[in-house]
Amino acid sequence: MAAKKAPEKSNVSKEELLKFYREMLLIRRFEEKAGQLYGMGLIGGFCHLYIGQEAVVVGLEACTKEGDKRITSYRDHGHMLACGMEANGVMAELTGRSGGYSKGKGGSMHMFSREKHFYGGHGIVGAQVPLGAGLAFADKYKGNDNVTFTYFGDGAANQGQVYETYNMAELWALPVIFVIENNHYAMGTSQARSTKSETLFGRGLAYGIPGEQVDGMDVLAVKEAGAKAVAHCRAGKGPYILEMMTYRYRGHSMSDPAKYRTREEVEKMKSEKDAIEHVRDLLLSAGLCSDEELKAIDKSIKDVVNASAEFAKASPEPALAELWTDIYA
Amino acid sequence: MAVDVLMPALSPTMEEGTLAKWMVKEGDVVKSGQIIAEIETDKATMEFESADEGIVGRILVAEGTSGVKVNTAIMVLVEAGESADAAPAPVATVAVAASVAAVAAPAAAVAAPAAAVVSKASADWPEGTPMKTMTVREALREAMAEEMRANPNVMLMGEEVGEYQGAYKISQGLLAEFGAKRVVDTPITEMGFTGIAVGAAWGGLNPIVEFMTFNFALQAIDHILNSAAKTNYMSGGQLGCPIVFRGANGAAARVGAQHSQDFTAWYAAIPGLKVVMPYSAADAKGLLKQAIRDPNPVIFLENEIMYGQSFEVPDLPDFTIPFGKARIWREGTDVTIVSFSIGMKYALEAADLLAKEGISAEVIDLRTLRPIDYDTVLASVQKTNRCVTVEEGFPVGSIGDHLASTIMQRAFDYLDAPVITCTGKDVPMPYAANLEKLALVTTADVVAAVKSVCYR
Repeated sequence: MAAKKAPEKSNVSKEELLKFYREMLLIRRFEEKAGQLYGMGLIGGFCHLYIGQEAVVVGLEACTKEGDKRITSYRDHGHMLACGMEANGVMAELTGRSGGYSKGKGGSMHMFSREKHFYGGHGIVGAQVPLGAGLAFADKYKGNDNVTFTYFGDGAANQGQVYETYNMAELWALPVIFVIENNHYAMGTSQARSTKSETLFGRGLAYGIPGEQVDGMDVLAVKEAGAKAVAHCRAGKGPYILEMMTYRYRGHSMSDPAKYRTREEVEKMKSEKDAIEHVRDLLLSAGLCSDEELKAIDKSIKDVVNASAEFAKASPEPALAELWTDIYA
Repeated sequence: MAVDVLMPALSPTMEEGTLAKWMVKEGDVVKSGQIIAEIETDKATMEFESADEGIVGRILVAEGTSGVKVNTAIMVLVEAGESADAAPAPVATVAVAASVAAVAAPAAAVAAPAAAVVSKASADWPEGTPMKTMTVREALREAMAEEMRANPNVMLMGEEVGEYQGAYKISQGLLAEFGAKRVVDTPITEMGFTGIAVGAAWGGLNPIVEFMTFNFALQAIDHILNSAAKTNYMSGGQLGCPIVFRGANGAAARVGAQHSQDFTAWYAAIPGLKVVMPYSAADAKGLLKQAIRDPNPVIFLENEIMYGQSFEVPDLPDFTIPFGKARIWREGTDVTIVSFSIGMKYALEAADLLAKEGISAEVIDLRTLRPIDYDTVLASVQKTNRCVTVEEGFPVGSIGDHLASTIMQRAFDYLDAPVITCTGKDVPMPYAANLEKLALVTTADVVAAVKSVCYR
């Protein structure tokens, strides 16, 4: 493996590194399994995998406290696993079964958990941005110090409602962190082909919102930036923008022709910047744990993911009467 | 030469106003562009500038006079040395007391045809309940204020709802009572603030979103449909959205195609939404209070022309009207006329005219379009065997179309004639006064349709 990073963050504990390792690995193995089930016809429709971007949600979840909220786009499996939702419920939703988080009625793009303060899962690009600011509006109205993590991609960053939201979020000092997951491609359109803006976080400066670009492949850098943004929000200073420079290894969805970028580009990111390998190297090179310990973790994650796949296959389809339920609260 | 200064029309729908304050007195020299009076419309108090130069020869309408009709002479401007004696004498009858009666008169006229004939008292409030007269505008304001007093999580947001006191004065006084935290002025950014309001509803608030008119809600349609209406279903029942979207819907007067459109049938097509469009002030109040308490997204459609109309409203500390319950305004035996909102005005007027020709019409106000009270409509049609629907919206895919198909499927054997749907014409709303009139549904349309289904 080329250009390995030195274990420069000596103040990070073994426990925390192992936690990051486990959580990122769970997302990756889960997504690989989802891709496999899709290929077998067990998952239908659209399915957008998060492989490559794991450090973003895992690093930011490390900055949250109970009551903080999160909302994202259709590429949402990783966010759900990172905030503590069960792999079984997520996988069963992917297969459209009654054991899924939405009883099989939402699918890959539309899952929610009130209990874990996960507000979706939104299929309309950019719609989650004002919705997330609205969650923050409610928290500010109620006078608590919770923050809302509002995730969107570099593609959504070109939607007008993002800037309508920036304007009001700063005007009303809403406790919302706008997390731009910049994986460089809006479906197949690279950032350079969609905007002349050099940075995406920089657009927030026009509205008075501070922000920064972060190495989104480095979970420790993500956590550090996240902590700063959270402190800003909790102190009542209004919104903050984190532009996470990240990369998606797989296609936009399962039906991606992969004609818009080279295989070499993808391989280079995998071999030089992989977020999970980075943490693995930190653990091993500092002698914090052995190869055997990591292998044991790998196996336990594999077991969780396999169990979720079994659950998702065995869970019954929703009862036909479910067609007519939940239309109204 | 003496010039009459006339009461101006200061809004598209203004027919009369209050001469709130004179800024000049007799004998003053007035320059063109000078503010000479403050005039209060049903929407706002506005400064009135003189278009002419001269000396105030005579003030014809006293300060404080209400009910001054547009184009009434309110002042005479004379040239130096000229006498105002040639001008008309002050209009003595436009005194304050007299004009109050004049304001109340059209209200009585609106309520009269129904009050005279309705036999079954409304079951929405107990018999013998004391009533008070109020406009639809006041009823809407009271509904919001009462619900905001009762529930600290109810809040209002929209363009000009606070400091401006509401573009149509519906929210007048709410900022003063509830403060800027709960009466939130937004920038002109419908998509953004609608998304924020939906998120806030998920976060535990009960937002009321005012669209200045529903024409502007098109900018926000994605959040109304995809975010508010569908999420409870997509989340398996976890994420209901207790929110009210309200504002003026349908044609106002002379504002052209982009500002004159009835969206009732559009919203009524969407599962997950509830859709309300009241006619009377009592229904406006009771249904809006119900909407604010409903745990689902409610589209609450108002009508600008109805805002200033007065009705009898129960004088109760708290009352609501359930959704999905039509009101029979007038009982009849020969034909059923089904309508809602301003369409009821034409339906009731038509029923009056038809009565004189010996046709007895039953007039039903649907009040809510999702859910629809099919049972009341079907029971009536089974009695009268004929049906005419009345609405302002476009003809294709109208509420009337849906009712006609429902009646055909569920009461086919009872029909003695095809159902006729009276709607607005299938054209964008024209600006020219004569064409606009032609584009809208009228009382005459309803009378003709009833005669047709009665083979008269």
